[in-house]
Amino acid sequence: MNNNYKSEPIKSSEITSYSQYLSRRDFLKVAGIATGGALLAACAPTVAGTAVPASGASGATSFPVKMDELGSPTNSFEDITNYNNFYEFSETKEAVNPLSKNFKSHPWSVQVYGLVNKPKTYAIEDLLSKFTQEERIYRLRCVEAWSMVIPWTGFTLSSLLKEVEPTSAAKFVRFETLMDTKQFPGQGSPFYPWPYQEGLRLDEAMNDLTILATGLYGQPLPNPDGAPIRVVVPWKYGFKSIKSIVKIELVDTQPQTMWSTIAPDEYGFYSNVNPNRPHPRWSQTSERRIGEFSRRPTLMFNGYAKQVAHLYDGMDLIQSY
Amino acid sequence: MKSFFSRYTPLQIAIHIYGWSALVRLIVDFYFHHLTANPIQAMEQRTGRHALTLLVLSLLCTPLNNFFGWRELLKRRRALGLYAFMYATIHLIIFMDLDYGFAWSLLLQTVAQKPYIIYGLCTFFLLIPLALTSFDIWKKRLGKNWKRLHQLIYFIAPLAAYHYILSKKGDLFRLQGDLVRPLIYALIIVILLIFRVPPVRRGIASLRDRILLLFKKRTPQPKADPG
Repeated sequence: MNNNYKSEPIKSSEITSYSQYLSRRDFLKVAGIATGGALLAACAPTVAGTAVPASGASGATSFPVKMDELGSPTNSFEDITNYNNFYEFSETKEAVNPLSKNFKSHPWSVQVYGLVNKPKTYAIEDLLSKFTQEERIYRLRCVEAWSMVIPWTGFTLSSLLKEVEPTSAAKFVRFETLMDTKQFPGQGSPFYPWPYQEGLRLDEAMNDLTILATGLYGQPLPNPDGAPIRVVVPWKYGFKSIKSIVKIELVDTQPQTMWSTIAPDEYGFYSNVNPNRPHPRWSQTSERRIGEFSRRPTLMFNGYAKQVAHLYDGMDLIQSY
Repeated sequence: MKSFFSRYTPLQIAIHIYGWSALVRLIVDFYFHHLTANPIQAMEQRTGRHALTLLVLSLLCTPLNNFFGWRELLKRRRALGLYAFMYATIHLIIFMDLDYGFAWSLLLQTVAQKPYIIYGLCTFFLLIPLALTSFDIWKKRLGKNWKRLHQLIYFIAPLAAYHYILSKKGDLFRLQGDLVRPLIYALIIVILLIFRVPPVRRGIASLRDRILLLFKKRTPQPKADPG
């Protein structure tokens, strides 16, 4: 693995500030809820052979818990695959998993085209074999003010882009999700400008943190998480990390994106995680880590300032949200 | 048992069962982890929807009585309204306590930054005087003003629906985003309010009378008519 992404040691200041953040009564409450839950869960009927309940509060994971570089444990596979914003399936997060059961992620191909010297359509198998798949444990911060820690596997977007050789005219990358109203019932809704589109500035796309994820917890990417391949941009709000992509286009103008088309005042093109820029409806100063009961302060660039802050030197991030 | 059913009507029993069962279900689902991976948010959303549903049901009583002459409904508005207030209260407590742990600085900041919270708070504060004066003693004491006060609900219900719309990702004026469910509530509220506009109400009353007349003509009532 030759990448610039390195684990950082936990700063003692961060540990202190977080424990101060949790008041004593919160600890007591969490303890009380956890104990009560455990007692009652013991009485709950267990169904052999089915998935573990959809909540993380039980602490049941079938995969080993890992840590991100700030010392936070990864969320359970069950949480990551049962609490999903994937409007192509449903506007209800817990309904996405059952509705995506029969999604066909094979065969699948991704067309890379536009302002490139070597446009190419890749079969998913080629992408999996050609590029070294590595693990990246990233925080995912949803604009709805919840977050998870997810052990993705995948490869850097830059390695793919280098292969197709963007021309000097290329300034942005545009991504597109599969359009298929039969598989994606939500795409029948007139309330959204389907298909889902997202975009990155070329330097953002080339940053080492930006990956194309093809799996999590060492498993092939589950359907509710954007099978078989999706973008993950950990310093931006979750909706920038577009799922189930079929097109990657290099363009010279800033592309239209799904949510900034729907509500431009609220969702900008950049959508960097920024606790200092108040969102009209969700305060972005704090967030709830799934599985935790207290809120925690939101970090600038979702805690990845060291790796990405230089991309925005000289930019007003309140204006360019 | 006999006295129970003679004291309470089926409608009354149904309302009380709904009023409490929703809360019981919430608690059971909480303990059995059926509230998604983000149970606090799920509880907030559920209690909010219950409050709004009960508010809509309380608004439904008068038009239904106007049309079908089901007078008992008018007596049930109080219970529906009070249950709505109960769920609104639980909704607010979950928001302040479980969600924000009564961290006032964080709460104030959130309220200042999120207009939909302000609409929600306004809804709650306006419901308080209605809940407090919903008892007979206040009805007598306030006289004509009681009705005026309780007509505040015509303002509160749309406010609650607007709070719901704003809490979703989307844009009302572009009709884009996650708006189907909140818009259904809003539409029902608008229709129920239109039914209260005097000309519409009179129109409905005369329509009802005409239908009743037709019905009576077809099936003449046996009358003790001399001659």
